[in-house]
Amino acid sequence: MSKVADSIYNIRLLDELARKNTSIHRLHPVSKLLTTIVYLIVVVSFNRYEISGLLPFVLYPMVIIILAELPVMPIFKRLLMVGPLIIGIGILNPLFDPRGWITFASIIIKSVLTITACLVLVSTTGLDKIAQALRTLKVPNIFVLQLLLTFRYISVLIEELARMLRAYALRAPQQKGVRLKDCGSFVGLLLLRTYDRAQRVYDSMKLRGFNGEYYSYSKSKITWKDVLYLLAWSTFFITARVYNIPVLLGLLFGRMCN
Amino acid sequence: MHMADALISPAVGGTMMAATACVAAYSIKKVQNDLDDKKVSLMGVMGAFVFAAQMINFSIPATGSSGHLGGGMLLAILLGPYAGFLTMASILLIQALFFGDGGLLAYGCNVFNLGFYTCFIAYPLVYKWIIRKGLTSGRIFGASMASAILGLQMGSFSVVLQTLLSGKTELHFNTFVLLMQPIHLAIGIVEGLVTAAIVTFVWKARPEILECTAAGKTFGGVSIKKVLTGILAAAIVIGGFVSWFASSDPDGLEWSIERTAGTAELEASGGVYDLLADIQSKTAFLPDYNFKTATEDETSGYAGTSVSGIVGGALTLALTGLIGLIISMFKEKNTKIAQQQ
Repeated sequence: MSKVADSIYNIRLLDELARKNTSIHRLHPVSKLLTTIVYLIVVVSFNRYEISGLLPFVLYPMVIIILAELPVMPIFKRLLMVGPLIIGIGILNPLFDPRGWITFASIIIKSVLTITACLVLVSTTGLDKIAQALRTLKVPNIFVLQLLLTFRYISVLIEELARMLRAYALRAPQQKGVRLKDCGSFVGLLLLRTYDRAQRVYDSMKLRGFNGEYYSYSKSKITWKDVLYLLAWSTFFITARVYNIPVLLGLLFGRMCN
Repeated sequence: MHMADALISPAVGGTMMAATACVAAYSIKKVQNDLDDKKVSLMGVMGAFVFAAQMINFSIPATGSSGHLGGGMLLAILLGPYAGFLTMASILLIQALFFGDGGLLAYGCNVFNLGFYTCFIAYPLVYKWIIRKGLTSGRIFGASMASAILGLQMGSFSVVLQTLLSGKTELHFNTFVLLMQPIHLAIGIVEGLVTAAIVTFVWKARPEILECTAAGKTFGGVSIKKVLTGILAAAIVIGGFVSWFASSDPDGLEWSIERTAGTAELEASGGVYDLLADIQSKTAFLPDYNFKTATEDETSGYAGTSVSGIVGGALTLALTGLIGLIISMFKEKNTKIAQQQ
């Protein structure tokens, strides 16, 4: 059941981080979302034997982590959790192909970069603002609303579950996890509680004038800073894609030595 | 069964994203006709419920592998195909963003693999066809079972195709398919059993919910409490049945890929590669210094290329670290100044 605790922790943490107020957090969500997408496309476009060309792409998540004052350890931990999955996919490449290690390393580097980019986006923007960005990009209201509601209900559901698990554990010493015969009623009760809570939340939303549209408190406008941010990063990504910067540096270094 | 960003190419990811966007747009149009606030909140609850159910891994006996409930079929049966598809899409987006489970570029692939086949093929063609003469517990069992298996088979075959078309691994088609399909047959049987149990319970407790969805009507006339009974049933069945199998063994997809690795070459193909390779060969300056060998020449392999790649790699990382250090120093200075003021 540690998976449950982990989920609560993770969602809470990313939610909390998204509420910081740094230069990165203040950027318009649309700009950050598009930058992330450009980054992902460029990183993923490298072929399976590429390693050196991927290295300059460490710069983007690193700079954002520093500027947005994000803690490194939680992001690293999350990478480790997804790690076995990726290692599982990559590990047998080396056994059957002489160049398999290259493929394996390439997959690992790409995974680290892409997953970090996603986590950095959420922890500097938050789902509310990502939803706002999606609305600005003309994603239909129903989908965005549904996304936000699902997200809210998830927090409600797993927080309630954590409380129930603690209560259960305290009443069941020397026992690992929830017993099978209790499981049905346990999860069922959780759902009843969650549902009641969600109904209350919905009622109060309705009483406060909810009519199907999700209004965010800040409707910020895209400024030249946001455009510059997107353009500067995109230029860097594309340059690093077209020219292999590490090889260039290596050559330059070799020439200087000679 | 979630695809990761590292395994796909932009072309495959983009195509699947476009396909998913089309299906989603169509679903939204359909749902909009009969949408009330309550249905949106119901979709929210169901989304959160499936999200929780997906967190539980169940092992496939005798293989040492495990899978998790996709929930696509269940969503289609309880919410109808359109609302079901949209709910699935939002669950997958949250998983991709917050948990790194399935990537953002692979998002289109994942929604398609887990949502489209279940909601738009298995549900209308198999499930609804079997129950066309009315509901009985036998028919519900057969319909849920058949549609869940079919949905997962198509989904896993789709994963195989997308991975191979992307060309990011050395996997061999035959081996990959022969491993993926039987594993997902096993997962499909378990998913079918769970889905059937849930749907049967809902049907016995509140038959009108299923009759309404099957007839394409909304929940408008049905009290939300009744739908809750169905969800409650799902919770009990999943809690009781699945947790019995719960394990932390690797997921079906990983298991498959772990055991596959073809010796045959699978060339990375597709317009984007050729285009980018072309750009690269045209724009690379100092061509005498074998840049192309390091970046694109797949036959000689990376190891055979010049030392410059390795030296340069170290230099790049050092430089990146230095940039980071400078930025953080500046930042510290700024915060100190701000604090003094």
